[in-house]
Amino acid sequence: MGLENLLLGFQVAITPFNLFIAVIGILLGTIIGVLPGLGGANGVAILLPLTFTMPPTSAIILLTCIYWGALFGGAITSVLFNIPGEPWSVATTFDGYPLAKQGQSGQALTAAFSSSFVGAFFSIVLITFFAPLLAEVALKFGPPEFFAIQLLTFSSFVGLGGGNPLKSLVSILIGFILATVGLDIVTGQLRLTFGFTDLMKGFDFIVAVIGLFGIGEILLSVEEGLKFEGAKTRMNMRVVLDTWKILPRYYRTFVRGSIIGFWMGFKPGGATPASFMSYAFAKRFSKNPERFGKGEIEGIVAPETAAHAAGVAAILPMITLGIPGSPTAAVMLGGLIIWGLQPGPMLFVDNRDFVWGLIASMYTGNVIGVLMVLAFVPFFAAILRVPFAILTPLIVVICAIGAYAVHNSMIDIWYMLIFGVIGYVFKKLDYPIAPLVLALVLGDLAESALRQSLIMSQGSLAVFFTRPIAAVITAAALFFFILPVITPWWRRLRGLPVAEPARPEA
Amino acid sequence: MRTADLVTAAMLMLLGSIVIYDAVRLGVGWGNEGPRSGFFPFWLATIMVVVSLAIFFQALIGRSEKPFVTRERFLPVLKVLAPIAGFVLLTDPPGPWPGLGLYVAGGLYLGFYMRWVGHHSWLSVMALSIAVPLIAFFIFDKWFLVPMPKGPVEAWFGY
Repeated sequence: MGLENLLLGFQVAITPFNLFIAVIGILLGTIIGVLPGLGGANGVAILLPLTFTMPPTSAIILLTCIYWGALFGGAITSVLFNIPGEPWSVATTFDGYPLAKQGQSGQALTAAFSSSFVGAFFSIVLITFFAPLLAEVALKFGPPEFFAIQLLTFSSFVGLGGGNPLKSLVSILIGFILATVGLDIVTGQLRLTFGFTDLMKGFDFIVAVIGLFGIGEILLSVEEGLKFEGAKTRMNMRVVLDTWKILPRYYRTFVRGSIIGFWMGFKPGGATPASFMSYAFAKRFSKNPERFGKGEIEGIVAPETAAHAAGVAAILPMITLGIPGSPTAAVMLGGLIIWGLQPGPMLFVDNRDFVWGLIASMYTGNVIGVLMVLAFVPFFAAILRVPFAILTPLIVVICAIGAYAVHNSMIDIWYMLIFGVIGYVFKKLDYPIAPLVLALVLGDLAESALRQSLIMSQGSLAVFFTRPIAAVITAAALFFFILPVITPWWRRLRGLPVAEPARPEA
Repeated sequence: MRTADLVTAAMLMLLGSIVIYDAVRLGVGWGNEGPRSGFFPFWLATIMVVVSLAIFFQALIGRSEKPFVTRERFLPVLKVLAPIAGFVLLTDPPGPWPGLGLYVAGGLYLGFYMRWVGHHSWLSVMALSIAVPLIAFFIFDKWFLVPMPKGPVEAWFGY
């Protein structure tokens, strides 16, 4: 039954127009991934208004292809410039840049792109089979189950996100509070507007994403004094083919990275820890771990496979449960709502050609993506040779255009600026930004799920524990919430040193 | 770092209190057919105040020698931030003054920044600060039909 649906999807994805859209998306996405300050999330956010007039399937193909492009593009900056274009490319710099320094950049990039492709492909195949099953289960969910899943989503930021759990919690709460500003759709009352008409419309998450990730990132990278000193690229067919000959040697790393990536990826904030974890595993199981960090191909294969597998897996909960697994998926989810689709399991019933078109386009998009980045690396690398004094204002102006276009509203450009400053301060103080964005996107859904649950139970919280599925999910969520409290005890009990927190930010 | 942490936590507590104030006004209890409007924000804000308080004390006890930012590293940040603020201000000044529109303000900002920070030649400054808004205009206003805010200059050209 899965295969005929997939065929239906391919009929949608392989139309000339949608293939053209995919190429444009990959091109824009790779540029966005290469440029510092423009990541997948805010790249998608900026271009979202341009899709308002498109058919939804073409629109989601454009946005997902931008996402794939950004995932590929991040590797280019990591390898050639030693700057992680995205947080999950950090581990790629460990061995990518040393290789590039040794004049092996072509080999490093080929390995990175091929691993990305393998990781992505693995996740897409799993999504193809699991998405319909998960959607079928989710169709039986009522408001209490959905609210429990929301809890689980956010608890994993607190319990598994690394960094300060209290600060993760505050980020989530700020996102939810910002989401409540404006008109309450249930009672029709104005909330938290304090008489300001500008606040009546509330805060749009797209503007928040552009400010927090775009402007905030630029400020941060200026402070860190980033300089683009690029290694030269030598990329041709021979290098690609020679690298492909050695890559199968690392099949164990590919498999391990894909599994880690998929497993971590469909939970929120997974791509970055997945890439680090995969790198650590590859190093531990390697015959020559001392070569890691000095330019070992396997050190590129491991994080790239996992990061891309995780990036793709983030789509799974978005289409089946209506809960995004990453900030970029969150922006896409916002897009679904704007295009008039109801994210969640009903998509598999009411909008089959949309869902299967999307899944099929993940195959075509990643094939187009890996071919395009392999062919045009020098072009993409040249973008980073544009002087800083031109690049920065260009990115800022593009961000402003994107922020304004959401509602054709001036105040949004001001919000973008304010969110930019908040983003900078929060990053410096280790308040994670991804949970804030996710909470802002999911705020209305979470609140209505909670309210409906409470109405069902006449105001008793027991509803989250008496229904079996909800009870299991709620229990898991509570476990993750208290995990940061238990972990130090557990470690002391077993005589282990209290570990330093993992890298913050997803 | 410590001061910045304390100030941020204090501001979050203040923010939470404001939210609680408004939530109480809206009603936090049970209404005719379910929780009232203030119910969800009230509990969010209450938890936030408590957690911020915990962060506040965490920062108070903890010792961090690392400064939030040093003067020589903050100067470049301001050099980026101030022109961005100027650009937003030119596009849409608060109050009754009309803005220049996004394209003109963007062009001016690009030109200013190129000259001030990048010391590019006047020729390239002029060329780019005219070309970039023009290209953007054709992409967004013409091709994708997403109109951007416009000012007197565009009006003069008849848009």
